[in-house]
Amino acid sequence: MMQSVVKYGRPWLITLLLLLVWELAVRAFHIPEFVLPTPTRIAETTWQFRQHLMLHAWQTLMTTLVGFFFAIVVGILLGVAIGSSSAVYDSLYPLLIGFNSIPKVAVVPLIVMWCGIGTVPAIITAFIISFFPIVVNVATGLASVEPEMKDVLRVLGASRYEVLTKVGIPRSLPYLFASLKVAITLAFIGSVVSETIASNDGIGFLMLSASSRFQVALIFAGVIIIAIMSILMFLVCVYAERKLVGWAFRGQPT
Amino acid sequence: MLETLALVKDAGPGIGSPIGSPVDPPRDIAPADNVKPMVMLQDVTLKYGEMLALDRTTMSINPSEFIAVVGPSGCGKSTLMKLVTGLLPPTSGHIIFDGFHVDGPVKGAGMAFQNATLLPWRTTLANVMLPLEIVQPYKGKIRSHRAEMEAKAKTLLDVVGLGEFGDRQPWQLSGGMQQRANLCRALVHEPKLMMLDEPFAALDAFTKEDLWEVLQALWMRQRFTAILVTHDLREAVYLADTVYVMSNRPGHIVRRCTVPFPRPRTPAMTFDPAFTELVNELRALIAAVRSSK
Ligand SMILES: Nc1ncnc2c1ncn2[C@@H]1O[C@H](COP(=O)(O)OP(=O)(O)OP(=O)(O)O)[C@@H](O)[C@H]1O
Ligand SMILES: [Mg+2]
Repeated sequence: MMQSVVKYGRPWLITLLLLLVWELAVRAFHIPEFVLPTPTRIAETTWQFRQHLMLHAWQTLMTTLVGFFFAIVVGILLGVAIGSSSAVYDSLYPLLIGFNSIPKVAVVPLIVMWCGIGTVPAIITAFIISFFPIVVNVATGLASVEPEMKDVLRVLGASRYEVLTKVGIPRSLPYLFASLKVAITLAFIGSVVSETIASNDGIGFLMLSASSRFQVALIFAGVIIIAIMSILMFLVCVYAERKLVGWAFRGQPT
Repeated sequence: MLETLALVKDAGPGIGSPIGSPVDPPRDIAPADNVKPMVMLQDVTLKYGEMLALDRTTMSINPSEFIAVVGPSGCGKSTLMKLVTGLLPPTSGHIIFDGFHVDGPVKGAGMAFQNATLLPWRTTLANVMLPLEIVQPYKGKIRSHRAEMEAKAKTLLDVVGLGEFGDRQPWQLSGGMQQRANLCRALVHEPKLMMLDEPFAALDAFTKEDLWEVLQALWMRQRFTAILVTHDLREAVYLADTVYVMSNRPGHIVRRCTVPFPRPRTPAMTFDPAFTELVNELRALIAAVRSSK
């Protein structure tokens, strides 16, 4: 009990210490607020603009989650298609690798040109930036099914579909969840970047307009809110992983 | 090669006569007059690309016969298993299973490999029940008769001594226990054919001998036709009615021996002089085959 308090308390303690050092350093060296505001100043600003921030945070969260949802759906479908057929694997995999090496941010202006500004390009950016790791992991999970396991099922008379549902998909679930933890963070990056470039809503837009008015404390408030949302969604993925593929950890807490 | 065969032929009376040209099979591998063979291979050849892995193999296995296939490593035993189950099409020759030509994976055969390949996301009991979800007529009944099917799987777990472990996850079982569960999974749907590719190779000697008894007990209950590939000659003689010896690659059958010992066989019987003699003859035969080209 005591041990776990110490174990889980430590990161919080370190965070507090860092904030304290930050606060003291800014005060001691008289760093002006438009360069680096103190944590207390940031907290103050956050409270002051709380309604504003909540509104934009909600927008960003929804945009990200919609993009992430499509990334999961398309990622799983494409991953299953690629992983369960070596012909599709051979023809699509190199393409995907090539696609992934394009910096997605560079594509945002194109998306804006096609879809206008606002929520839609942000959703699309969140989607294209986050679906790739899902595809790759699902495909890898399916391709890593032991051939013996498949043979056992095939000589029982199992169809391809049965092999997929009885072994392939459960086998690739741990891979899927590993990729979701990466993908959700990427989805936030995607939507915020797109909001910064082409939107009148969302934390990205808020931060951009704050920077044009030298409200540095507000920028920090935005950064912190994104970080908090990102961490919370990450924890949701971790929780779902524990619930659904606990077997992959052999009953050991990780 | 003819010399080595002749040499072994003189070694003792326990071994059957060598097979002549595979094109013209001698009397003793033809099926007994009134029994229809369960598995029949006629001049089966398999090439992986250009490489000849199995060369004109002819076999005939009766229903409920337990055969063992022994031979040097790489001679094509696992390949033979894949051919019989239809996982690989032969390059030439015919394979017949239960009266039908094999031209695709057979339906409803049991199979067990050296690693137990249990599914880690299922409990041991759910693993054993897997074939019941795939093979008819169980597949159609599994929803409505779940309790009955579970009882069936549990009975089998009891037979192999895993009665209390049904709700454990596979990784909570030892290697030997996993292999017991694996045997249950291969047999729960009462298959006509059981394929065993070195199922006990990774186990220690004591566990292995326990499992010989378990497997024999299961066979005496269900009387499936079994094809066992093994490197352990004592295992082959203990379990099989007939032992086939294969040559170096490209594999073909150089000898078929009938094992005369009555069942149920006991571990004590493996120290019987007649038993040891048969094992030694097989050992000498394989040594001869290994050194021949
Ligand atoms: N998929 C494959 N593609 C090409 N060659 C193969 C393939 N599978 C097996 N071989 C070759 O065919 C030969 C027979 O292989 P097989 O696995 O049947 O041997 P085995 O008798 O089971 O050997 P062991 O006793 O070591 O398990 C070997 O030389 C092997 O290299
Ligand atoms: Mg083998």
